[in-house]
Amino acid sequence: MWAFLNKLRSPKWFYTISARLQPWFWAAALILIVTGSVWGLAFAPADYQQGNSFRIIYVHVPAAFLAQSIFVSLAVTGLVFMVWKIKIADMAATVMAPLGAAMTFVALFSGAVWGVPTWGTWWMWDARLTSMLILLFLYLGVIALRGAFASRDSASRAASVLAMVGVINIPIIKYSVDWWYTLHQPATFTVTGRAAMPMEMWLPLLIMVLGFYCFFIALTLMRTRSEILRRESSKRWVRELAEEAN
Amino acid sequence: MAFDTFQEFLAMGGHARYVWSAWGLTAVLLLGAVLHARFERRQLMRQLKRRLRREAHQAGHAGGAQPIPTSRGRSTNEA
Repeated sequence: MWAFLNKLRSPKWFYTISARLQPWFWAAALILIVTGSVWGLAFAPADYQQGNSFRIIYVHVPAAFLAQSIFVSLAVTGLVFMVWKIKIADMAATVMAPLGAAMTFVALFSGAVWGVPTWGTWWMWDARLTSMLILLFLYLGVIALRGAFASRDSASRAASVLAMVGVINIPIIKYSVDWWYTLHQPATFTVTGRAAMPMEMWLPLLIMVLGFYCFFIALTLMRTRSEILRRESSKRWVRELAEEAN
Repeated sequence: MAFDTFQEFLAMGGHARYVWSAWGLTAVLLLGAVLHARFERRQLMRQLKRRLRREAHQAGHAGGAQPIPTSRGRSTNEA
């Protein structure tokens, strides 16, 4: 186990293993997202109350899941970087943040356009919506901090600390629908208990969520590889790699 | 199939604006992320090679490093 973790911190090892993993995650993401989209858009039955506007759920929920999961990932990689000085964790954090911000924006935007026909308003300062907006600002803060320091190490540490502190917002988002009275409906997925929607609506949603996670993993692998090239460009193995690529 | 015709599918029961704008934004951002990642990788590979070439050139005969050929086809990106 320890030997495995030690290997994992080596950028060269990561570069090799990620090359092998990457195609599988891209393929899975493509198949799942295409299947989920066709199913969710054309085959799932319309909601008896919301009609066809409910089909927004198939992008809204996966995006919101990723938005939160990626922020937790930023906090974890930040902690790993701060405690063990593992560079690869910081590289991953660097490339994950923009996708997290994009997914937060998708969740907010799709929620807003869904709110118009459903609630009659695109925005309300309720707990769920506000805490998601704060998440977007936290992402923008983490990204901005990376650009705000002359020294990379200071920037990485500042971004890590903000992610580790900001992660407190995640349980607030999650439980906001239970703790406060909100417009937002309670969770669609629950670990225990039965699904809040019929199977033929729920299954494509599950497929979309899995597809988005595969997409996130594939993109993170790919961009972390690029980040390795960027930061380790003077290392011998990176140079050899560039020569071989001819 | 939840719709009888393609027109009905596009109309989304009067909710076309909401459904397609949300899906459209998602598609644009996901696709954009992939294209950006590809572009980023190619760019970095190109820079790396240019640097190696320059250094090999500066080193001249002393270093004995072979200059890297300039012309080549599409790089084997998934290396």
